[in-house]
Amino acid sequence: MTKAIEVNCTTGEVTERDLTAEEIAAGEAAQAQAEADRAAAEAEAASVAAAKAAGQAKLAALGLTAEEIAALSK
Amino acid sequence: MANTYTLIQAQTLASSAASVTFSSIPATYTDLVLRVSARTDQASISDVSPFVTNVGGTAYSYTYLMGNGSTATSGTSGTRADFASYSVGNTATASTFSNVEIYIPSYTAAQNKPISVFAVNETNATTAGMRIYAELLSSTTAISSITLTGQSSSNYLTGSSFYLYGIKNS
Repeated sequence: MTKAIEVNCTTGEVTERDLTAEEIAAGEAAQAQAEADRAAAEAEAASVAAAKAAGQAKLAALGLTAEEIAALSK
Repeated sequence: MANTYTLIQAQTLASSAASVTFSSIPATYTDLVLRVSARTDQASISDVSPFVTNVGGTAYSYTYLMGNGSTATSGTSGTRADFASYSVGNTATASTFSNVEIYIPSYTAAQNKPISVFAVNETNATTAGMRIYAELLSSTTAISSITLTGQSSSNYLTGSSFYLYGIKNS
């Protein structure tokens, strides 16, 4: 069982207890949310990278050099 | 400039724990400083370790700047139920810990509270992490309790330490 530690700043008393079922459930929910957030962020980053590559390809097709394309993004 | 810098309470873990709470924080200071040196059992180099206050709800938001040795990024959060901090994860070099300072000015004032977090991770590798957060607690309630946890149900490991200081401006 995972522990929760509480330090009472007024008395200095330190208490240690097992997590409640509700706290464990909340932690598991937070874990699921964190993983969903990470997946969404990775998907967004992949989408941006794909759009950037497509844009650079179109610029190259118009006759811009690689140096000129790189300069546009600085 | 602070006239006093007083240790309120400190806790160094003798065994792993899912959370560490500082409760009944005295309202006799002007600002709070929380210094954390932490490592979690998260299977990664770093662990974005959230923390909450006694305010609860979704009164939290932040802007961040981060770098990991190869890339630098920035972003913002919407309203959420916690702030972000940073810890070393358990795939970092053994016996390394994070170095974090959380500064909370005017923690008893009846106004929204800006909070800053400066955090770096230690590991013997090319990729390590540093993060700076500008956070906002949208609540006029005085802060009397702070709870730190690991992300994704991870646990703080033995040796992690947490020091809460109070600062007075007079």
